[in-house]
Amino acid sequence: MRRISLALLIALFLPALAAGASKDTKLTLVAYSTPKDAYGQLISSFQKTGAGNGVTFSQSYGASGEQSRAVAAGLDADIVAFSLEPDITSLVQKKLVAKSWNKDKFHGMVTRSVVVFIVRDGNPKKIKTWNDLLKPGVQVITPNPFTSGGARWNVMAAYGGALRSGKTPKQAVDYLGKMWKHVVSQPTSAREGLVQFLAGRGDVFLAYENEAIFAQKKGQPVQFVIPKATILIENPIAVTSTSKHKTEANAFVKFLRTASAQKIFAQNGYRPVVASAAKGFNFPTRPQLFTIKYVGGWAKVEKKFFDPNTGVMAKIQGSGGG
Amino acid sequence: MAARAAALPSPKARQSPWPGLAVGLSTLYLSVIVLLPLAALSWRAHGWNAITSAQAVSSLKLTLGVSVLVALVNAVAGTMIAWTLVRDRFVGQGFVNALVDLPFALPTIVAGLTLLALYGPKSPAGINVAFTRWAILLALLFVTLPFVVRTVQPVLLELDTEMEDAAASLGAGRLATFRRVILPNILPAILSGVALAFARAVGEFGSVVLISGNLPFKTEVVSVYVFGRIESGDAGGAAAASVVILTISFVVLLAIGGFRRWVTRHDR
Repeated sequence: MRRISLALLIALFLPALAAGASKDTKLTLVAYSTPKDAYGQLISSFQKTGAGNGVTFSQSYGASGEQSRAVAAGLDADIVAFSLEPDITSLVQKKLVAKSWNKDKFHGMVTRSVVVFIVRDGNPKKIKTWNDLLKPGVQVITPNPFTSGGARWNVMAAYGGALRSGKTPKQAVDYLGKMWKHVVSQPTSAREGLVQFLAGRGDVFLAYENEAIFAQKKGQPVQFVIPKATILIENPIAVTSTSKHKTEANAFVKFLRTASAQKIFAQNGYRPVVASAAKGFNFPTRPQLFTIKYVGGWAKVEKKFFDPNTGVMAKIQGSGGG
Repeated sequence: MAARAAALPSPKARQSPWPGLAVGLSTLYLSVIVLLPLAALSWRAHGWNAITSAQAVSSLKLTLGVSVLVALVNAVAGTMIAWTLVRDRFVGQGFVNALVDLPFALPTIVAGLTLLALYGPKSPAGINVAFTRWAILLALLFVTLPFVVRTVQPVLLELDTEMEDAAASLGAGRLATFRRVILPNILPAILSGVALAFARAVGEFGSVVLISGNLPFKTEVVSVYVFGRIESGDAGGAAAASVVILTISFVVLLAIGGFRRWVTRHDR
């Protein structure tokens, strides 16, 4: 009996081994979870192009910070796509991504979005600006910036929004503290926050435009307001320096920045990094839009706001705000 | 079960054929599965402010407090359910019996989702406890339900009803019979279940995270706090906080174990 099953095993595995030895290249994409649907569509269109012919993918999705740490700890990856730049910077420090990763005309970015207010049907509390969040009784949901790297976009949007309204950096930090007193729930991720909001908690949920559009496409009753001053979210992508298939991996990243690929991102709610791909989509521009550079750049911001012991947000959380 | 083993002839009467080998294998297995990971965790722990900050202390107090409460409620409710399942006969008993294990089979995040829908702002029952400490209690009661039931049930099954008849014939009331005949027999099992429920409650993450709101100083449990430390790149602090939780849990488990030994001292 044992001999038969062994023979059976060999018979089953031989073809698999043979297939593995063929010219097919397998790329591993390690990404944060939000663009999962988009990447599914993008991979199949890439495989229809000349460069993508015969390239297969293994895909891993999860929270951006966790994915980054997994790669740092040795998870094989040819391409990494994260929610925010610091998750790639930490891989650069470990020499897993080349220093020059953002030295292209897209600065290493592949998609964009903006921070928006998801509000209740008809916006009963008339929330339009960052100051409206301070109105008495307004309840805010935002993921915890210490458990969700993506939530750091929300904090920086609020801080920059306060700066844009004429506040000094110190006053803007004060604003953050006051705003945080209106936070009634700090889910660990954006999707969790949406579940809580749809379950009836809070008046406003700080989220990304692409998430709001995604929810609408899934038929969820979501309305959102884009504040006049908000942050332009930019999501990075990079080929790892440990990749054994750099040619194919670079070809895929190049493909992602073509107009046709960017259109697929746009259909999934992301603002494209190639201007021409935005045609036919409704991505309203805002007069006071700013980037992470406006609030100091990620390196400075990470230290000043998100150091778990000394950061501004650690102090706001520690003072019992919220 | 402990009570059963204690009721049997002394375990010394039957030793395993290769005592040394059995002990060796058990130790090896325990080392690989439990001790080594714990040692590695302690090794990585550094950064005391991850443990001494007001936020950390508050989340730890909340977690321990709620876990003790959960253990106590389970001791009573779990024994009651086990009693009903063993001693009473009713329609759908097999169904209810299977239902008890359901919280184990359910992914905990699904439990959180279900509880949020049932007892959240849009509760069909009109009960909204979501985003309060009650929600944490509820979620933990849900995931720890099977422990006491499943430890007490087999002991109750084995319990000789003749003892109760004898007690009754000697003039003991129902309450006295329960307190002086039944309870001493099932108490070790209850304590085993209580210890398991407590340990599980301290470490629980999935079912709590969605329904509690995770507000520091209000509804943030220690597992969520540790998760935050990891996500902020402070793995050392996360490990340090974990070591503190482990130590406290271990002391509590030892104490419960000690109490159980004291309860069963006459059987040995």
